Amino acid sequence: MPAAEPSAAVPALEVAGLRKTYRNGVEALKGISLTVAQGDFFALLGPNGAGKSTLIGILSSLVNPTAGDARVFGISIHGDRGGVMRQIGLVPQEINFNQFEAPFDICVNVAGFYGIPRSIAKRRAEKYLKELRIWDKAFQPTRHLSGGMKRRLMIARAMMNEPRLLILDEPTAGVDIEIRRSMWQFVTRINRAGTTVILTTHYLEEAEQLCRNIAIIDHGQIIEDTSMRRLLRKLDVETFVLDVTGLDDPLPVIEGVRLTRVDALTLEAELPSGRNLNTLFAALTEHGITVTSMRTKTNRLEELFVRLVERGNGDSRRGATHE
Amino acid sequence: MNDLHAARGSVNPAEAGEWRPSVARANLVALYTITRREAHRVLRIWTQTLVPPAITMTLYFVIFGKVIGSRVGTMQGFTYMQYIVPGLVMMSIINNCYSNITSSFFGSKFGRYVEELLASPMPSWVVLTGYVAGAVMRGLLVGIIVLAIALFFTSLHLAHPLIAVTTVLLGATIFALAGFINAMFAKRFDDIAIVPTFILQPLSYLGGVFYSVKLLGSPWQEVSLVNPILYFVNAFRYGVLGVSDVPVWTAYVVMLAFVIALAAVALWLLNRGVGLRS
Repeated sequence: MPAAEPSAAVPALEVAGLRKTYRNGVEALKGISLTVAQGDFFALLGPNGAGKSTLIGILSSLVNPTAGDARVFGISIHGDRGGVMRQIGLVPQEINFNQFEAPFDICVNVAGFYGIPRSIAKRRAEKYLKELRIWDKAFQPTRHLSGGMKRRLMIARAMMNEPRLLILDEPTAGVDIEIRRSMWQFVTRINRAGTTVILTTHYLEEAEQLCRNIAIIDHGQIIEDTSMRRLLRKLDVETFVLDVTGLDDPLPVIEGVRLTRVDALTLEAELPSGRNLNTLFAALTEHGITVTSMRTKTNRLEELFVRLVERGNGDSRRGATHE
Repeated sequence: MNDLHAARGSVNPAEAGEWRPSVARANLVALYTITRREAHRVLRIWTQTLVPPAITMTLYFVIFGKVIGSRVGTMQGFTYMQYIVPGLVMMSIINNCYSNITSSFFGSKFGRYVEELLASPMPSWVVLTGYVAGAVMRGLLVGIIVLAIALFFTSLHLAHPLIAVTTVLLGATIFALAGFINAMFAKRFDDIAIVPTFILQPLSYLGGVFYSVKLLGSPWQEVSLVNPILYFVNAFRYGVLGVSDVPVWTAYVVMLAFVIALAAVALWLLNRGVGLRS
């Protein structure tokens, strides 16, 4: 968990009643409100099409809002667009740099767009390309880079204006574990140095490990906005996958535990959070079943996420029926 | 040194401290960056940007100037070769300005790296001026190359150098602005080829590049006056040779009006994010 604590009174991000309806009638955001404190590492989660990228698009000036306001370090997106943009570094979901240019040129040019003199931009480009371990490819056309290198280049590019708010929109999609880990080390380091980070990801274990606060967005609405700790406390059951021998019909009945057979050598056991596992093992042993290994089925946040979104879908379906 | 920069180990004392460029200075740096990037692009792909117009214009000079021109005789006191040089130079400048900005800006939309510009603090006028400057630079480079080739075939004496230079700059700016607007609306590569093929080229050929409109009878002479390219070509011809089919001040009024109108439209579109922001 990052160590930096929010300090200043002005939030890094304050979203109020933000709406976006696209020309085709799709209502991507239905008046969302959200606050992210300075120095936070904030997870913005939601299923595909929930409105996460629309929100990020509005913050980074790529999407025009239909109504509402967003303030970045107190600066309104409607008042001083340039002022807002100077605070933000964006790592978008899709690769969006010129494939014929070299990483070094891309970084230096982007710094120039922020008004950073070339001499400083060159030194920053070298620093961040080295930190993100793509310096050896710095002068080759980016089309020769691997997928992971392209992702890291987008982070280096977003750092060129040394932003106070770094927005990462699914930055590790399709990236192998080692590179993903090195990317998170980098982002955690800059968060500790004071940069506020907003992260969207489909790897929920990443969000659980890295983020201090979380908002879940679904169908253009915030359905959860709380601290990670408080959210995880809501999870009242845990599911374990047990590799076993001696499994026979019928499955044993154990009070407070729901057992499901996956195959002849695998059981799933769902039981209340915090329950003593010894009673489960004892009951299984009593029925001649030996547990050879055990793991959690999913991470806790994933379990909660699925429940919240499913509940939201149920509500929206019921709402549609009433209409 | 603030905590953020100290923790990141910033490499420059100026950036590590409270380095705050003025907005004007930041805009100048941004403008220089876009212009430099555009210039770099033109030079990097010189076989696509500089060589083709040189080859095409050499063919024009050989076929129209030497082979056919020798049978045409003089036009307004000049050999036919001398007469067509200003028109061909202007034609190559405006064509290259237009195609440079459409392919570069539409390419950035297509590859989505236009988002680097949109998500930066740069005001719209800096983006527009940077792209226009890059296109004008390619136009001028091509113009110089074509003029140099022309000097292999004929001799020229600049009658009014200031008029020649200003008309080139105005003509190049007009077509860079028009190309920028085209690229903003374009959704496919086909959309940036339609205007040059179906509008720009016919208007260039009918804009007095190869002939004086005074040779045309009524009503075609009057109809030709509706073609804006006629004014650009003749103003430049006046600057080079000292002859023109239209009054030079009229050409300046037309060109300035186009610059102002097109710049206003392009800026309005850019501020609204037409074709760029959803």
